[in-house]
Amino acid sequence: MIIVERLTKKYGGFTAVDDVSFVARPGRVTGFLGPNGAGKSTTMRMMVALTAPTSGSATVLGRRFADLPNPGLEVGVLLDASAQHAGRTGREILAIAQQTLGLPVARLREMTDLVSLTDAEADRRVGNYSLGMRQRLGIATALIGDPEVLILDEPANGLDPAGIRWMRDLLRGHADRGGTVLLSSHLLNEIEVIADDIVMIGNGRIVSQGAKTDLLHAAGTVVRAEDLNALDRALAAWGLEVRPSEDGALHTDADAVLVGKVALNAGIALTELRAAHGAGLEEMFLELTAGTQREGAAA
Amino acid sequence: MTTTAIPYVRPPRPAVHPAPLSRLIRVERRKMFNTRSGFWLIASIVIATALATIAVILFAPDSELTYSTYIQAIRLPIAVILPIIAILSVTSEWSQRTGLTTFTLVPRRRRIIAAKAISSVAIGVLAVLVALAIGALGNLAGAGITGTPLVWNASPLECLHFVVGSILNLMIGFMLGVLIRASIGAVVAYFLYQFLLPGILGLLASSQNWFQDLQPWIDLQYAQSRLHLFDGPLTGEQWANIAVTGAIWLLIPLTIGLRFVVRSEVK
Repeated sequence: MIIVERLTKKYGGFTAVDDVSFVARPGRVTGFLGPNGAGKSTTMRMMVALTAPTSGSATVLGRRFADLPNPGLEVGVLLDASAQHAGRTGREILAIAQQTLGLPVARLREMTDLVSLTDAEADRRVGNYSLGMRQRLGIATALIGDPEVLILDEPANGLDPAGIRWMRDLLRGHADRGGTVLLSSHLLNEIEVIADDIVMIGNGRIVSQGAKTDLLHAAGTVVRAEDLNALDRALAAWGLEVRPSEDGALHTDADAVLVGKVALNAGIALTELRAAHGAGLEEMFLELTAGTQREGAAA
Repeated sequence: MTTTAIPYVRPPRPAVHPAPLSRLIRVERRKMFNTRSGFWLIASIVIATALATIAVILFAPDSELTYSTYIQAIRLPIAVILPIIAILSVTSEWSQRTGLTTFTLVPRRRRIIAAKAISSVAIGVLAVLVALAIGALGNLAGAGITGTPLVWNASPLECLHFVVGSILNLMIGFMLGVLIRASIGAVVAYFLYQFLLPGILGLLASSQNWFQDLQPWIDLQYAQSRLHLFDGPLTGEQWANIAVTGAIWLLIPLTIGLRFVVRSEVK
């Protein structure tokens, strides 16, 4: 369980993280989603006591991170897989974590097996690793203490499709055993596939949060009819906000039940009626962050 | 939403305790050796002192082939390399960004810094003893090769002075690492301290009478230089000079640096 309460971080006049509150629950994968520079990494650094918040607090398993007696045994953290000494071998990096946490040496072998690093790879210096290998090593370091909570910043970066699938299964399994998983990403499809709960952040503020199923439902309804104009008028007469979607259908925030009833009342034959998540989370992501993202309004 | 908390399933294990300082010291010592640069830096002390010793045998006049000459020759590599080892043990956490892992595994940053200080000093003492041994071997070899009399003109006490002086230099480097937290900046600052400051303060002392009397109480290197003179035991006042200048140049900035380390953002 991770509880973030009103976390705020200001750098001079710039507010990087603005009043962010959310909860990551045990048994669930919480996806922390946002465009680059939205404040995801700063929020995560504050959660693990690497950055002091300007105000607000974060607790992990009921305690401030800095108050956990041996945090590596309770919280696995991977913030940046590239933040390693290039001249150190993968095995030595793991060994440092194993020794710091007071774990048996046998754990090293278990971890390299778990993340599929061969002996030859583990004995190479990290400067020669690909980003994908660094991510695997970082995951191994985060998991070595068998922690209950995982906090991972962009863990899928640099992984090949098979690696992404492996990571997804690993995190799913961890949550299914009752663990808490918080992972950040700007890879929308990845979050959509794995997350149970989604916290979406843009320019330091939470834009939307909730269970994935609820958020998808909130994306509205797409409806299509032979007589589109009549349908448009009927929905507007009910005070529903209607806009044309790009492929010649209508999009409304009302749910499908209401739209169906309106059409029935007006005697209009529908050709399609569905929840608007055909384009997936990406559509919602772009929509919700349109006002705050750097690239300006998305097409 | 159904958000029933499922208890985390895992095998029972002993209660979670903080890592004891002794363990952190072992980890920090390991980190000083297990990078390519760290390994060669430490190896370079042995290499450089061996080269300096050979140079003494080859180039020093026969009348000066005494143990203290060898020690003076190995002093420079030790005064340069040891502090760099101490600097990098601290600054690499920021420059190489390993602090992201180190300080999430052990959020109590003072403990990490303490472990680094202790392992740096331990490695420093060991390195100086090895260097003194290499110098002694050089003295034996030099006397044997040139046929000059074997002169041991450095007492155990004077050798101890040499160890203390070298460790003081190492701690100056460590302090600069903590204060600056950037490898190149700290190394440059150390060289300015080691090679530029003595000249400036010396000039000041020779031109300004009022500073001449103050210098032993302000100039750490001046106070410390008596540790390298091989001129018998130091007086109480000379030790007091070292203590006072050490407090000014070492303890105060180290305390300030520690505050920075605890508060600074690791990213």
